[in-house]
Amino acid sequence: MRVHQRADTGRPPALSPAADRPPDPPATAVPAPAAPSAAARLRAVPDAALGVLGIVLFAAVLELLPRLGAVPAKYLPPFSEMLGALGDELGSGAFWTALLDTVEGWAYGLAIAVVAGTALGLVIGSVEVLRKATASTIEFLRPIPSVALIPLAVLVLGTGLGSTLLLVVYAAFWPVLLQVLGGVRDVDPVARDTAVGYGFSPWARLRHVVWPTTLPYLMTGLRLAASVALILTVSSQLIIGSPGLGSEIARAQSSNAIPRMYALVLVAGALGVCVNVLARALERRVLSWHTSVRTEARA
Amino acid sequence: MTGTKAAAPATEYSAGALAVRGVRKVYQGSGRTVEAVRDLTFTVGAGDLACIVGPSGAGKTTLLKCVAGLLAPTSGEVRLGDARVQGPPPGMAVVFQEYGRSLFPWMTVGANVELPLKQKKIGKAERAALVAQALDSVGLQDAPAAYPWQLSGGMQQRVAIARAIAYEPKVLLMDEPFAAVDAQTRAELEDLTRSLWRKLGMTVLFVTHDIDEAVYLGERVLVLSASPTVVMEDIDVDLPAEREQLTTRALPRFAELRAAVYGHVQRAKTFHSAAAAAGAGDRP
Repeated sequence: MRVHQRADTGRPPALSPAADRPPDPPATAVPAPAAPSAAARLRAVPDAALGVLGIVLFAAVLELLPRLGAVPAKYLPPFSEMLGALGDELGSGAFWTALLDTVEGWAYGLAIAVVAGTALGLVIGSVEVLRKATASTIEFLRPIPSVALIPLAVLVLGTGLGSTLLLVVYAAFWPVLLQVLGGVRDVDPVARDTAVGYGFSPWARLRHVVWPTTLPYLMTGLRLAASVALILTVSSQLIIGSPGLGSEIARAQSSNAIPRMYALVLVAGALGVCVNVLARALERRVLSWHTSVRTEARA
Repeated sequence: MTGTKAAAPATEYSAGALAVRGVRKVYQGSGRTVEAVRDLTFTVGAGDLACIVGPSGAGKTTLLKCVAGLLAPTSGEVRLGDARVQGPPPGMAVVFQEYGRSLFPWMTVGANVELPLKQKKIGKAERAALVAQALDSVGLQDAPAAYPWQLSGGMQQRVAIARAIAYEPKVLLMDEPFAAVDAQTRAELEDLTRSLWRKLGMTVLFVTHDIDEAVYLGERVLVLSASPTVVMEDIDVDLPAEREQLTTRALPRFAELRAAVYGHVQRAKTFHSAAAAAGAGDRP
């Protein structure tokens, strides 16, 4: 029996950028011809190995460019120096406090945005009058860049965690809300008729039909929001100066500790990777039944 | 018209009897009005198995949704027993053609069958018994832990049927339930439907576009005209109660009935234009 790994079929189309999903591994082993072509040999290398190879190559380029004098080492120190600075950071308490501050701002902001976006999305999406009445307002508010609210945030909430939260929540709220609204609209008419026909109460319909239909959309929204929230956490710390990785990066730059600055940037990047991996793991776990995740018993 | 069976002569007002009276359904679109169903009147006695056939686009699904209480008719009424249908009545279950969309993919087969019973506030022990019994009677006793999408199409439709009979409906509505499965599965499901009907004794209203299926399954066949729909013919199927795919279909009477229904369906396509040409009224 062949097991089919389904790619993106059946999931919300515009919302899940297929590009950031790794290509499916070849489902069955290709029968090896006598003299394998270059393409076939390349395909035999597992994706993970290629990924590691890419990172190693990138690090090598970073190391060589300043060493060969292609870029001034003052602005782009060799990769080994960044790693050295990173090692120093890992041993310092201030670094861990900053990292925790960042994770905290990100987590709180994301949590508030997800809860608020989901609740409002379910309510607005379920009531047609509300949906029509709010559509234009949402379209107006959504494109406002969160960073444009920095002066307002500082004015009202000062330079602490409150300002960071405001910006993070504002940025992360919209992807969640829009996804949930899309999910509520996507309820299958046959599933709805089935539920109504069997006498489901409105609450039971929300719980057993609307909510599971919305869940894949919410997961996409959550993944987008998680990345946006991290970006906003770091940028607001960088600009406002509230404690965290962002303000440490700014401090390293102003004190001319360039390798340290790069080390912190690398940490911020690694944090982003972790966030994405976590979001995907959660998605796979919650949506084991969904066409994007499940493995069909037969073709 | 000799509609109801002799076994159920005075059951028009008993619990499982369906009465459709003067049902008309007009869809109001933006600047466009479509009269899908013009005037439908018929009754189905309690415990009867009636098939509805008609040319495609005859408003069969509209009719079924009106009967199920999922659509409000523009005028006329549907009565189940002695109560008027104004929303989905508790004693009714619907099996849709699109089993893949009607079953919830996020629940196991067992949970799918059980959920309507929970909504009916049936106790846990009784629910478990009903679910097991229903799955057993459609031949899926081993499947409760599987997800619907892990099953073949025919098996999924069996799950939908199990869900419907576990609900213990007085009336079972089936909207072209086997149109999307292969021929062999279809034959099996037809026999399953008839055996469940004979065992459980509920009223069954079976909508199909397949003339053979209607004659093979039904005790009665109602032929609908093309849209705007009226009931054109009401044919009693006097085949033996015990039916078998090969022998029943080989009976001369089966061929006669099939030919008769076929003729009516052909006439149904041009029913309105012919009636207009003859200067006849709304219904001959």
